[in-house]
Amino acid sequence: MLRLFSLLFFCVISFNASAAVSETQDNSALVALVEQLPSTKLNKMAPLIKAIAATSTPQVQDILQPLMTGDLYYLKSNKQVVAAHKNEQNQYQLTDVLTAEVLPAVAKSAIKKVRTNNRLRGQIRDLLANLDLTHQDKTVRLEAVKQLLQNPNQTGITSVTNLIKGEQDEQVRELMLVILLIDQLDTGSTAEKLSAAQQLSGRLESKVKNELVKQLDLLPEQPENEELRAVLSQSIDDIEQQATVYGLVENLFFGLSLGSVLLLAAIGLAITFGVMGVINMAHGEMMMLGAYTTYVIQQMFPNLIEYSLLMAVPAAFLVSGFVGVLIERGVIRFLKGRPLETLLATFGISLILQQLVRSVFSPLNRQVQAPQWMTGSLEINPMLSLTYNRLYIILFALMVFFSLLMILKKSSLGLHVRAVSQNRDMARALSIKSSWVDAITFGLGSGIAGIAGVALSQLTNVGPNLGQAYIIDSFLVVVFGGVGNLWGTLVAAMTMGTFNKFLEPSMGPVLSNIIVLVGLVLFIQKRPKGLFPQKGRSAD
Amino acid sequence: MKLEKLKLKKLIVASSIVATGLMTNFAYAADNIKVGVLHSLSGTMAISETTLKDTVLMMIADQNAKGGLLGKQIEPVVVDPASNWPLFAEKGRELLAKEKVDVIFGSWTSVSRKSVLPVLEELNGLMFYPVQYEGEESSKNVFYTGAAPNQQAIPAVDYLMNDIGAERFVLLGTDYVYPRTTNKILEAYLMAKGVKAEDIMVNYTPFGHSDWQGIVADVKKFGSTGKQTAVISTVNGDANIPFYKELGNQGISAEDIPVIAFSVGEEELSGFDTKPLVGHLAAWNYFQSVETEANEAFIANWKKYIGDDKRVTNDPMEATYIGFKMWVKAVEKAGTTDVDAVEQAMIGIAVPNLTGGIAVMNPNHHLSKPVLIGEIQEDGQFEVVWETPDTVIGDAWSDFLPSSKNLVSDWTAPIKCGNFDVTTAKCSGQKF
Repeated sequence: MLRLFSLLFFCVISFNASAAVSETQDNSALVALVEQLPSTKLNKMAPLIKAIAATSTPQVQDILQPLMTGDLYYLKSNKQVVAAHKNEQNQYQLTDVLTAEVLPAVAKSAIKKVRTNNRLRGQIRDLLANLDLTHQDKTVRLEAVKQLLQNPNQTGITSVTNLIKGEQDEQVRELMLVILLIDQLDTGSTAEKLSAAQQLSGRLESKVKNELVKQLDLLPEQPENEELRAVLSQSIDDIEQQATVYGLVENLFFGLSLGSVLLLAAIGLAITFGVMGVINMAHGEMMMLGAYTTYVIQQMFPNLIEYSLLMAVPAAFLVSGFVGVLIERGVIRFLKGRPLETLLATFGISLILQQLVRSVFSPLNRQVQAPQWMTGSLEINPMLSLTYNRLYIILFALMVFFSLLMILKKSSLGLHVRAVSQNRDMARALSIKSSWVDAITFGLGSGIAGIAGVALSQLTNVGPNLGQAYIIDSFLVVVFGGVGNLWGTLVAAMTMGTFNKFLEPSMGPVLSNIIVLVGLVLFIQKRPKGLFPQKGRSAD
Repeated sequence: MKLEKLKLKKLIVASSIVATGLMTNFAYAADNIKVGVLHSLSGTMAISETTLKDTVLMMIADQNAKGGLLGKQIEPVVVDPASNWPLFAEKGRELLAKEKVDVIFGSWTSVSRKSVLPVLEELNGLMFYPVQYEGEESSKNVFYTGAAPNQQAIPAVDYLMNDIGAERFVLLGTDYVYPRTTNKILEAYLMAKGVKAEDIMVNYTPFGHSDWQGIVADVKKFGSTGKQTAVISTVNGDANIPFYKELGNQGISAEDIPVIAFSVGEEELSGFDTKPLVGHLAAWNYFQSVETEANEAFIANWKKYIGDDKRVTNDPMEATYIGFKMWVKAVEKAGTTDVDAVEQAMIGIAVPNLTGGIAVMNPNHHLSKPVLIGEIQEDGQFEVVWETPDTVIGDAWSDFLPSSKNLVSDWTAPIKCGNFDVTTAKCSGQKF
């Protein structure tokens, strides 16, 4: 082992020495290093990778990039190191990393991966970042600068010093300046430190604050340092103030996001329970059906994952809506005016639907894929980034809410629904088919639950128990908001969501849930009809 | 209506007569050795436990094909405790008192084991428990072939500290006995290693938690102080998937803040979108990806037995495999299936691990096993990135908890005690 190590060490030194001599010599050195890749143990990889990078040959990137992404393999037969990518026939397309020669595709069994781990990948990322500083694509440069900011190294800082003048992109140049300022703060004279600390005030990168705190801790207790100390503390305070503000914004976003999930889950119920007065315990299962519809759509069109959610929305609406109409026609209409029996019957239906899904799709959770546009996050600044899936779901929930509001307010169906819910006999006297309206209303509420299921499939596991997790919350939201009032549902959902998320950091998820629940119970004691009670004769 | 009911009743009576007839038939059939299988085949745990039932059946079929045991055939008796913890005790009693089985392979969750334990001790049964658990237990009637905390959690922390260079730790767990006890041990261990209290963050979530945005944001903030941070996750079951998804969406990669999990294995990952998990870690005593002849034979045998090429193997399956092999050896050594004789014969029995090396049953009823740390790959398999140089002896009583640091378990003469206090030289008398 020792011998191997000293050999490696020797290699490193000799390559550094010969780096300037000639290109061909370098290449043979690189070949020798690459040949070691397949047989080197993980704990001995770091110096080897460093040595490869130190050769500064054009192939370095071709070797390290696939090594970082896990695409670097070697042929079991002759230990030739290749970059491999799976093709459509499930075979592996090979490229020799040294000669860039394309080799015939092989099966998985013929090749073996060159192993790395997180630490090595981090090391490679740092090394590649130094090379990428001069990349022509500015997004690549930006990534490289960010990486360098996170893990500064001397080589990188030197190149940044040379590059900053010629850098065209505003954002990249700014980060480069931050890197240099941090370096100045670390190694400069007191005067330089002072100016660096002043300029760094207000930067939100976490590295900046850590560096300022570090400098403040290291500063000796001497009178001549007092000015620097004051400036450092001032800069840290500035950053912390901003951090508090952005922390609040972030929490608000989390709260609204939870609120929008609650809104989606409750809004269908606001119609069936709020408007029609039917206690529908199978409401959660309507969401579950919507989520499973998304799964089925993805299975049917495996090549259209990006559009699967758009297709799933109408499909889930139809599936859940259809089942809703069936339930209304088959069960609920016979139980009109008997809430207890409706409750029991719909609870039974919910169990039947769960078991049905278990038999058809197995009791295991199904995997619903996230389309590309739903993954990742929108970075507003280094302290605040909003995840796309939550962002879209907030927008989606509001869209569903307002379209439903429009339907109820503006369409003739809405008019009929309101008429029936306010005074059934009078509505019937005016030749409105009340039983038909009931069925359609129930279908509408269930269909919207189905749409909620599509959104939930992106946030939680799609399994037979999906609905049960949301049914209680849905009822809480509707009761809290005031039965029969859509705006109440919106306000209630958002209030509960935000309240929960502001409590969570200090209380933990379990306790914050409990507190919200207790608060609700107390509120209902005071105002039994919720936030926005219905007024007038229709209230009864 | 009435007629129909009557018919139904008749049918039930008839079928139960047939059923009992069959059962008694079995009972009087040749003098077989009976092996009880006490794994949930329905309910929430069925996902994991059904696999173990199949593993035991496969091992029995193999042993019978080799000519059985002590010249007799082995006969499996499968019952379904349905993920219902008290039912484990009832079904355990049924296996021991009615079916008179010679040994039981069973249980997954700690609460189910605790439920059946009094029955085992009362009726002097023998059970093999194949899952990693929180320790703090050693019964005369149970052999623990899964990992104790010092065979999974402690080496994982060592890896994070020495190889990743972690200085700050987040302990995330589902809110029940295994994560709480494990995290208590880990906290004590980290403190002993010089980690300050402000560098440890602990958080518990309910079963099936899906809204991870706040917690992940907290982890991100906790990890942005410039010190390397790592997450130690005892999050159980399907709550893991939204957790890893949220990590990916908030842009936390395994290189920034690695997550090491104790409850995520091949079975849990099979069929899932593993993209957001790649590079994160898991600590086990076995990975399917380890290339040894024994393991390849085991995998091939399993796929053939189950008739599905896509099925994976995992750590509790290896623990079941080792447990069964050891029991067979012990019965052969003792020449009988008598529980007391087999229990004594078990100690010192050695069986090769599937991943190389030899597993030995120690006097404390725990195994010596190697500890492996793997990184999750895109195909749902693990790439081993670290392993202990030697096997680690399972420690029933953690040395890092004040309540148990003086306790040892030794079931050989003269101590013969599961919780022997070395300072007072007394056996506490507590039965388990």
